Amino acid sequence: MKNSLIKVCLFALLVGEGLIVSAFSAQARSEEPSLRVASDFATVVGGLTSKSFKEKARIIDELTGFEDQRVPLVLDALLNGDLYYDKKSQDIVILEKVEGDYLATEVVSGRERGVVKKRSMKKVGVNNSLRRQLRSRLAAFRLKSDDRELRLTAAQEILKAPSREFLPALNDALSKEKVNVLREALELARAAVLLGSEDAAERLQAVESMADASDHRVVTMLELLLIQDDQGEYAEPDAAVRAAASEALVDLRTRAKIYKFFEDLFFGISLGSVLLLAAVGLAITFGVMGVINMAHGEMIMLGAYTTYVIQLLMPNHIGLSLIVAIPAAFVVSGLFGVAIERGVIRFLYGRPLETLLATFGISLILQQLVRSIFTPLNRSVITPEWLSGSWQVNGMLSLTYNRLYIIIFALLVLFALIQLLKRTFFGLQMRAVTQNRAMASSMGIRTGWVDALTFGLGSGIAGVAGVALSQLTNVGPNLGQSYIIDSFMVVVFGGVGNLMGTFVGAMSLGIVNKFAEPFTGAVLAKILILVFVILFIQRRPRGLFALKGRFVED
Amino acid sequence: MSFASERNYLQDRGGAWLIALVTLTIVVVPILNLAVPPESPLHISTYTVSLLGKYLCFALLALAVDLIWGYAGILSLGHGAFFALGGYAMGMYMMRQIGDRGVYGHPELPDFMVFLNWTELPWYWYGFDSFPFALLMVLLAPGVLAFVFGWLAFRSRVTGVYFSIITQALTYAMMLAFFRNDMGFGGNNGLTDFKDILGFSLQSDGTKNALFIGSGIALIAGYLLCRYVVDSKLGRVLISVRDAESRTRFIGYRVEHYKLFVFVLSAMMAGVAGAFYVPQVGIINPGEFAPIVSIEIIIWVAVGGRGFLYGAVIGAILVNYGKTFFTGAFPEIWLFMLGGLFVVSTLFLPRGVVGLFHSLKKSLAEGRLKQEDEQTPMAEEKA
Repeated sequence: MKNSLIKVCLFALLVGEGLIVSAFSAQARSEEPSLRVASDFATVVGGLTSKSFKEKARIIDELTGFEDQRVPLVLDALLNGDLYYDKKSQDIVILEKVEGDYLATEVVSGRERGVVKKRSMKKVGVNNSLRRQLRSRLAAFRLKSDDRELRLTAAQEILKAPSREFLPALNDALSKEKVNVLREALELARAAVLLGSEDAAERLQAVESMADASDHRVVTMLELLLIQDDQGEYAEPDAAVRAAASEALVDLRTRAKIYKFFEDLFFGISLGSVLLLAAVGLAITFGVMGVINMAHGEMIMLGAYTTYVIQLLMPNHIGLSLIVAIPAAFVVSGLFGVAIERGVIRFLYGRPLETLLATFGISLILQQLVRSIFTPLNRSVITPEWLSGSWQVNGMLSLTYNRLYIIIFALLVLFALIQLLKRTFFGLQMRAVTQNRAMASSMGIRTGWVDALTFGLGSGIAGVAGVALSQLTNVGPNLGQSYIIDSFMVVVFGGVGNLMGTFVGAMSLGIVNKFAEPFTGAVLAKILILVFVILFIQRRPRGLFALKGRFVED
Repeated sequence: MSFASERNYLQDRGGAWLIALVTLTIVVVPILNLAVPPESPLHISTYTVSLLGKYLCFALLALAVDLIWGYAGILSLGHGAFFALGGYAMGMYMMRQIGDRGVYGHPELPDFMVFLNWTELPWYWYGFDSFPFALLMVLLAPGVLAFVFGWLAFRSRVTGVYFSIITQALTYAMMLAFFRNDMGFGGNNGLTDFKDILGFSLQSDGTKNALFIGSGIALIAGYLLCRYVVDSKLGRVLISVRDAESRTRFIGYRVEHYKLFVFVLSAMMAGVAGAFYVPQVGIINPGEFAPIVSIEIIIWVAVGGRGFLYGAVIGAILVNYGKTFFTGAFPEIWLFMLGGLFVVSTLFLPRGVVGLFHSLKKSLAEGRLKQEDEQTPMAEEKA
């Protein structure tokens, strides 16, 4: 277990550091205005205090000529209506509303003025034509930027609202762009612009270049061309363009289906990973020890609450707190597990039904305990930055980071656990006690301690699962209950006493659930899974990977 | 120990006490409620009557669980499902009795269907306007489900904890299903706002007392039936299945047939309990399918003592009285109590309150024997 923890920590640190480093370098770049044109910039921006929209339009055009990082800031603020100027000093500032106060930042010097009264400021007004101009200039400016992300956003913004005025900027950017992904985005934006062209040949060219793109928006755009109005007139007058569009659509839809399949698969696997995390601890207590631990769900819940508490303790290091929570949750749930084993379960070995009832009682007590301490309300655990957002593979496929990490995390935990069972001395003792308690005891193994530690291990892993789950759902007293039945299904389906069985069971149930959902709806999919497992157990009462030979009891 | 076939009901002293007590209750309580004026300290409120009626239904349910757990070793964590199905069957009858007195005043459809813009009654609601049909369904709905489920499970020799876990999955799946609006059973809210049963208003004291007496009679009948089953030859086979399933099979008994029979019987009894429960509490919703409800039934039996039949009744009434008292007085600690009860009863009271009583009696008797022993050496033979 220790092994896995270290790996997880290292992994998380690496990822976290990578992000921090990139964030720093981005900041460093932005704090470096080119001195050459600094004074000119100040005068030009100062002109924005003018009341005439025409004058402002001219200034905006002039501003885009500057190679300055402050230009997009000004334009952006102007577009969003956050640009003001001081009534007295005539300094242009950007106002930012923070909890009811207005924070001002001077545009020219970059100096922060702190909280200001809004009445002392006057807004730089814009009208619709200015807004249009701003959007296009901003996009053009960003297309020229050194930052890849900015160029990508710009291309995507153009795609959202394509307009002829972006064409020169796009052509210009295309001729310089070397990164493949960005070229595709730019091509797509250009095609979208051309699609609105008066010239049928240009539209045809646009449709043809769109056929290669993988983006849902393209599908919508092409579909719009093929819409018929009441008189049977197509939105697209030219038959050749229509033919090309419908041909491209066939292509695109096939590709959309393929990507949808991959996305579903990804979601299924991530759901399976959640199940795996929740069930793998149970596979140890139920599978290896033969103890039905109905309080297993509450061990998950304790892990989730540990995450919550640790986040309260270190409010300034949300990202780090999650890493700290992993060993902490393992320890907290593990200790509870050891206490439960020593206090109750050890008196009930060989009486599985009684164990089930006693542990159920413990689960009720733990739920009420948490309810009394933390109130019955759901607590939300903040998701650190490196876990939020998603990885946009292309326009048709995006994978959310938290699910991606959960898959990796679940696999790491499983891997560490298998190593622990196979390669360590404790694992050896554990297997010995499982296979032949009397013999193990005669060989000098303290079976009682092995039992307690095994149970602690299973519970600790449940706690670690709780850390992961706190990132997906709300943390509440009933968190555990919603996973316990699923976990049992996984263990029973996969075959008791077999970690690989648990893995296969979790993944197949997760994937089947995800793929059944579109046809049946989420709830019915779950019901069908339960019915499926119930029927499956009739066929193979000992699960997918049943133990064979002398390990089979009775 | 005599053979089962030679035992008769009179030898079942616990049972005789139980029947006598229940009979006394269902005679005295309605008199105290209806005949004694409200000012009198002896008066029992109608609320209490319904509450006691509820306990009697729970006792019948616990009896059903004890029949399979205590005598055949089948621990079902899904008996709440059969209880709820019986309740739903009765609820559907009472929904149809509302007629056009609902909020929307539709002559045919219950309110929730009008609300969902349904235009006609789903086929599975047909026939529920007839009371005999509804009664048949109270038995058949749980019975058929138990038959199919039990047939599949016992045939494949799904036993012990595996069986417990899949019964829990069963009731959980049923809960999810009944929560769905398009199942046509009222979804989240279930069935409620009942007006009358067999033409008698559910609000009147008379009907409530009648339902109370009915629950008591059902409990006594259920008890006699269970006693008959467990004392018959079939009951002996069940006990041997509980204690040594493989051995019983090797001797030549078709174990799965015996288990299936008793499982279906128990499910039907649970259904009857549900049918008496719903008119007394006035609502049935998918919450009754929740796994925790089914597990609570197990604790009633465990506290009372499994394998005595009357123990289950005692346990159900004790625990539910405790629940009523503590959820009223100290709602915070009820779950602690319930959880503690699970732990304590499994650790220290493996045979429940009744078992404790028996072993106390036995040790007292042994003490007396010992004393006699000292006086007369002949007493050794008796022991």
